[in-house]
Amino acid sequence: MATPLIEFKDVSKRFNDKTVLEGVNLQIYEREITTIIGLSGTGKTVLLKHIIGLLKPDEGTILFRGQPLEKIRKRDLPMSYMFQGNALFDSMTVFENIALPLLETTNLSRSEVRRRVMARVEQMELADAIDKYPSEISGGMQKRVALARALVTDPQIVLFDEPTTGQDPVRKNAILGMIAQYQRTFGFTAILVSHEIPDVYFISNRILALYGKSIVFQGTPEEFEDFEHPFKEEVVHSLEGLQKELTGLHSKRQFKLRYQGQLRGGALGETYAVAVFSLDGLDAVAAALGHDAAQEALRSLGMFLGRHFGAIGGFSTRHSLNEYVTVLPMTDRAEAEGIVGEYIRDLQAQEQAILEIWAAAQKQSPSDACVELILLAGLAHGHPDEDIDAVIERARREQNVVSRIRCINKGEDR
Amino acid sequence: MTTEPAPQKGARRSAARWLADPFAALGRRAIGWVNNLGAATIFLSLATLRIFRPKQLMKVLEQLYLIGAGSVPIIMLVGLFTGMVLGLQSYHALVKFGSQGALGTLVALSLIRELGPVLTAIMITARAGSAITAEIGSQRISEQIDALGTMRIDPLRYLISPRVAASIISFPLLTAIFDVIGIIGGYISGVMLLGVNAGTYLYRVESSVDMKDVTDGFVKAIVFAVIVTTVCCYQGYFAHTRTDSYGARAIGRATTAAVVISCVLILIADYVVTSLLI
Repeated sequence: MATPLIEFKDVSKRFNDKTVLEGVNLQIYEREITTIIGLSGTGKTVLLKHIIGLLKPDEGTILFRGQPLEKIRKRDLPMSYMFQGNALFDSMTVFENIALPLLETTNLSRSEVRRRVMARVEQMELADAIDKYPSEISGGMQKRVALARALVTDPQIVLFDEPTTGQDPVRKNAILGMIAQYQRTFGFTAILVSHEIPDVYFISNRILALYGKSIVFQGTPEEFEDFEHPFKEEVVHSLEGLQKELTGLHSKRQFKLRYQGQLRGGALGETYAVAVFSLDGLDAVAAALGHDAAQEALRSLGMFLGRHFGAIGGFSTRHSLNEYVTVLPMTDRAEAEGIVGEYIRDLQAQEQAILEIWAAAQKQSPSDACVELILLAGLAHGHPDEDIDAVIERARREQNVVSRIRCINKGEDR
Repeated sequence: MTTEPAPQKGARRSAARWLADPFAALGRRAIGWVNNLGAATIFLSLATLRIFRPKQLMKVLEQLYLIGAGSVPIIMLVGLFTGMVLGLQSYHALVKFGSQGALGTLVALSLIRELGPVLTAIMITARAGSAITAEIGSQRISEQIDALGTMRIDPLRYLISPRVAASIISFPLLTAIFDVIGIIGGYISGVMLLGVNAGTYLYRVESSVDMKDVTDGFVKAIVFAVIVTTVCCYQGYFAHTRTDSYGARAIGRATTAAVVISCVLILIADYVVTSLLI
């Protein structure tokens, strides 16, 4: 694997007599989204503050591109940090808060600073708030101001300390979606501390699990699914249980448990069908109508999916950022095609309801852009002796466009 | 025959500790004071060096407005009544010796050499110094100062240096205003209310005050400016390290400490500087 961008080697940190980190070893790679998960008060923020240089380790070394972090000048560290409590300057307006790093650390002209700030303001849908003070705007908007300030200098590394704290499920996923989209667009390395399990899995390239003062797991979200450790029981499952899922569907773990339970009990039958649904064009919706609208679209689809297939004994989960998987027990191919066809017809008939939800989200956006959402579906058959992931992969390969929804804005041309 | 029980080892040790503990506490406190003094000196030195960095002018002007211009009304008010009461008290003392003609000398020299710099510094501490501590302390507790660090903005340059510069400029100017208004106050009570000859009063003011008196007063004002800004900024900047309280209460205690320490140090420094200048 490539040289890590950031590497911790046996890092320990104590505050008076309390040891917070002990022998922490981890690697963070360039241009990836790495998420640090763990229970509250276990040192995730402390770990993040070591990366940005706000705290120094008592023992051990932190390397940045192979060089000890303390030997690198601060101005050569292209990092930005988004604080859990936002840390906005309460005596400055939103505009002044976002402009501050540009005014203080660059020699850009006032007009150029204004241009860059306004670009971020529009991306974050903050145009109405630029002259307001942080105390005059909502918590969600404050979060977006902090995000805009973190991104305005185009940093190569952005550290996010619980960016979705205190947000509702739609807004949480909108913020995570926003981070994922900007990471793809600008190519920065994102390091997140988050409790949003399983939502963060969908955007993360790597997961670091902090447990008992040290890192007990680092790897991909898929590898984390198979990770056997008390951490999973104590932390992940408890957090999953607490999460108010965006779609109301099963979490991936609950989905697998139900699958295995039905498999053991013979409830899946000799053959079962797996349908994979994907929603394409979410980035375009986010760009034209805002991240909330994209998440509303995703949520609408997921809820509709759960209702439709739940009524006939199927069970579904959100499998990745824009993908849902449904298992239809005791169903052969012909039956499955019929059920999915029925679902598509039902969805198209219900399109107006979905459009209304999107339209509500879109009200906050000044854009009149026309966007298209594409729904793809694929079917595959599974047998009880087969691995579910292999069946999902087969269904994914079978995906075709089953529905297009155009110009959800203003309802001009559907 | 009875034998007295021998004092136990533990009891001897606790008695020794009972005797030694106050000295140990005193020692710890003294070490704490010396540490703070050293840290505050380094803090001031670093902040002073950063005054001359680019992009500081507007911030210094803003602080001049807040610390300097904003304090003018209260300084004028306090100066006026200080001068008036000084004129009143001095008149009744001087009249016993038939030397009420020396009222102008007494009022002017008292104000320019002593009362002007000291009372101005104490009033600015109460008005602007407490605000500085509360503002910086609040920024520290809400992680705004940490945020500056993550944005690669030096918090000392951004927050402290402009305040140090503005204080060094505004303290002598406010002292001058205090002196002039105080002399006018003495004129009001001595001449207008008690009947001292106006020409005598003004002549005595003019003839008794040397340039050295004025510059000595300004030297004191600058020394007080350094003390007040260092103490107030330092207390706010390190409010989060207080061990006696946390959060909003820490800001409150830091503000109280800043005002009390500043006032005490102003009076101590006044004696030291006077003895050096006299």
